[in-house]
Amino acid sequence: MSNAPTMEEDIALGNIALDLLGQARGLLQRCAAEIGGDEDELAYFRDSEAFRNPLLCELPNGDFAYTMVRQLFADAWFAGVWAVLAADDTVDADVRGVAEKAIKENAYHWRHSSAWVVRLGDGTDESHRRTQEAVDALWPFRGEVASDEWYARIEPVLAEATLTTPGRDAWTQRGSADGWHTEHLGYLLAEMQSLARAHPGASW
Amino acid sequence: MVSAWDVLSTVPDPEIPVLSVVDLGIVRAVDESDDKRRVVVTLTPTYSGCPATEVIARDVRTALEASYDEVDVRTQLSPPWTTDWMSEAAKEKLHGFGIAPPAGRVTLPLLNTGAPAACPRCGSKSVEELAGFGSTPCKALWRCIECREPFDYFKRH
Repeated sequence: MSNAPTMEEDIALGNIALDLLGQARGLLQRCAAEIGGDEDELAYFRDSEAFRNPLLCELPNGDFAYTMVRQLFADAWFAGVWAVLAADDTVDADVRGVAEKAIKENAYHWRHSSAWVVRLGDGTDESHRRTQEAVDALWPFRGEVASDEWYARIEPVLAEATLTTPGRDAWTQRGSADGWHTEHLGYLLAEMQSLARAHPGASW
Repeated sequence: MVSAWDVLSTVPDPEIPVLSVVDLGIVRAVDESDDKRRVVVTLTPTYSGCPATEVIARDVRTALEASYDEVDVRTQLSPPWTTDWMSEAAKEKLHGFGIAPPAGRVTLPLLNTGAPAACPRCGSKSVEELAGFGSTPCKALWRCIECREPFDYFKRH
């Protein structure tokens, strides 16, 4: 499923992915109700320029340490997004419903990713080296998810994990707000969308 | 005349058949028309991506269609489902089924995710977590240190 080091970890990543898919479906269904069509059209028949996901979320899986650091960065971002949406009475009721649900799911994701980053970073020389490499590789992709609140969430975890960063002011990549993505999104979408595009409207 | 609630209490959760949808606490409202021919049931999903959600909605519809001409199954997201809505009887059923029920009530933010009160097989309080995620979205995998058996824990949510 995810090339994790143990079966339990494969199951964990599968569960987290299922939660994220469910949250995405909730939001896409609400969007579809507003603009027409359905969730599948929005997921399978838009091209990369129409996607607004943070660049961080489209980076490919790699070393397990890399996958966990990416998850940590994403979980910290989701925590802020869901909290804001759930607390705002002017937000659409369905979107707020998705957020209220997601807050608890995110708590379990965060518990998982933060525990792993600490365990790997403050682990053996080898696990520390690889986790530090992951932080170095992912730090330039934090631009669209980072905020003071985000830093406040992840900095204590990285400190406990004995990992270092180039700091809040270091350069960062951006672009997804304008539909500019890394080359990885195209491959992701091709894999996700090809079946639906080859057999439009198919069901099972 | 059976009520819609009676019918719903016979619809099992597809993953944990020892619990009915009423036990789970996902039935938010039941509205029957005065002539008892139409019924509207409002369900709250357990987890965002739980595959059982759609199966449950279908099973609820099928079960009610035996007693009503018109069945409308609706979804209500807010307030979100919580394990606090499971009855004590449901928690005892879970325990009897070999799944440790959620321990304690949920407080937000969910910083304390709780731990099973005891091993559902031997009753020992000496238990440890093996994995935070399990075979379904609602479960974590734990192990009893006394009898050494692994068991599922229905997570506080």
